[in-house]
Amino acid sequence: MLVESQKLNPKLLKLDVEQVPIRKGFGEGLLGAGEKDERIVGLCADLTESTQMHLFARKFPQRFIQMGVAEQNLASVASGMAAMGKIPFLTSYAMFSPGRNWEQIRTTICYNDRNVKIVGSHAGVSVGPDGGTHQAIEDIAITRVIPRLAVVVPCDAIEAKKATWQIARWTGPAYLRLAREKSPVVTTEESFFEIGKANILREPAKPRAAIIACGQMVYNALITANDLAATGIEVTVVNLHTIKPLDAETILGVAAKCEAIVTVEEHQKRGGMGSAVAELLVENYPVPMELIGVDDLFGQSGTPQELIEHYGLGVNHIRQAVQRVIARKR
Amino acid sequence: MLYDEKIKLLEQKANDIRMSVIDALLAAGSGHTAGPLGMADIFSALYFHLLKHDPKRPDWTDRDRLVLSNGHICPVLYAAMAHAGYFPVEELKTLRHFSSRLQGHPHREWLPMVETSSGPLGSGLSQAVGMALAERIDHGRSSDKFFYCLLGDGELDEGQNWEAIMLGGREKLHNLIAIIDRNNIQIDGFTEDVMPLESLADKWRSFNWHVQEIDGHSFEAIDEAVSQAKAVFSQPSVIIAHTIPGKGVHEFERKYEWHGKPPTKEEGELALKELRSLGGKIKGEHE
Repeated sequence: MLVESQKLNPKLLKLDVEQVPIRKGFGEGLLGAGEKDERIVGLCADLTESTQMHLFARKFPQRFIQMGVAEQNLASVASGMAAMGKIPFLTSYAMFSPGRNWEQIRTTICYNDRNVKIVGSHAGVSVGPDGGTHQAIEDIAITRVIPRLAVVVPCDAIEAKKATWQIARWTGPAYLRLAREKSPVVTTEESFFEIGKANILREPAKPRAAIIACGQMVYNALITANDLAATGIEVTVVNLHTIKPLDAETILGVAAKCEAIVTVEEHQKRGGMGSAVAELLVENYPVPMELIGVDDLFGQSGTPQELIEHYGLGVNHIRQAVQRVIARKR
Repeated sequence: MLYDEKIKLLEQKANDIRMSVIDALLAAGSGHTAGPLGMADIFSALYFHLLKHDPKRPDWTDRDRLVLSNGHICPVLYAAMAHAGYFPVEELKTLRHFSSRLQGHPHREWLPMVETSSGPLGSGLSQAVGMALAERIDHGRSSDKFFYCLLGDGELDEGQNWEAIMLGGREKLHNLIAIIDRNNIQIDGFTEDVMPLESLADKWRSFNWHVQEIDGHSFEAIDEAVSQAKAVFSQPSVIIAHTIPGKGVHEFERKYEWHGKPPTKEEGELALKELRSLGGKIKGEHE
């Protein structure tokens, strides 16, 4: 039932599926992009290893600027460098960039239309023990409302690497959202990835609903779909790695075929990827929807698994949402 | 060294700029008055003497860059650019009008000859630091391009400036020149009442900047300070330019109330009359 042409990880549904932090793919991707294009510069707000920028910094010390713990300066210095023809990648925790420096990103980068790439690591509640202050679950909402800013949320380390390469060639500002913890590898080097094109990963002949997910929730969506299939309920699964520009064609096609949609994201339920899908559907093709996300709460300390369960993002929650949305179909 | 003839020219251009600022504000019906008038001499010095630029080729790669951080004083930037030949002086009267290139705060896409959009305070110096850093990556210390950043004093309340000052000092960006409009006023009052800044020079000095304090209305002093700043090789430079807000119009001078409002038609006419007759020595294009 997995879409063969997507060439997903053969071990995807097995217990011994490889687990790699998504941010690691960014680190490797930036190193590769930096080798190909010397206009690329790296800026980091004192979190070089956490954000995996250390690989680039070591290889290209002349093109790396250590900014100190100063996220507002981080964004605007990058804007200035882009004004001189550089392609700056700037990294910090998502809570602080794009969190703390939102206006600098809006004005000095996006309003100016500067070719800057904002990379926010440690997004989502799965950051875990650091607690609610460090768990960015609002970042998709605050970035996708800024005109021109592309928003990309890769589902695994391999996709993060490809996303980094493509963002480096993407003309204009972009935000790349990364998670901290190890997460299952969903795709392979051969899988298709293009910014702005959603990937249908699972497509049964007669789907009762579709799950649209982003980030590491794509894996949970696939596991849920597999569990449901065992009970005779077939669902489509979409990896919506690009929240903006939104792939309206694919989403509307899936909505027309499934007539019921569940969105899943490690983000506030309001304002994020699910809201983006809901806005599109309500204006074009309304179908019953259920949104899975953190429901207007802040995070707290805990293990990633505890938090995913506590905030209602686990496989059981997704399954129940699918059952609810199917019941609401006309 | 400036010759007397050059000083006369700069005085005349400054007067033209001041009158154009008033014209533009009258046409707009909103905007800031005190800062643009106070900075007219510095903008005259920059656009008619100091900047390496070519109004016919605004995208000339080797031009110096000027970042206006306190975007609300843009009437003076627009007026200086117009008189320098970037666009028709007549266009100044479209300031803040719908679809005008002269947005209420500068936007580089609407008016591509401005280096960066600004308005929200505190981010200009960071952008200038970024430009100077990029230049150093490409050309090392052999670059003869200069990066000017104009800041308001009230703007220094924004913490982001101090992040940029720290980075600029650490990086010893020798081709970066910050010019502070030290006019002692911000919207709500005098700077030292709203948020004390002194001792301002010591603060910058302690962040490893080369610091000079000058009379921002003396062309000799402006010229000399910029020459010195260019000669400093191991530090970025800041010039704290003491200016009189509202300079040139007696009614507007040194009053913080004129920070953020435009003149009425009557006030504007009186201001223009005073500027036209300024000392009886300057004959501007305006007459």
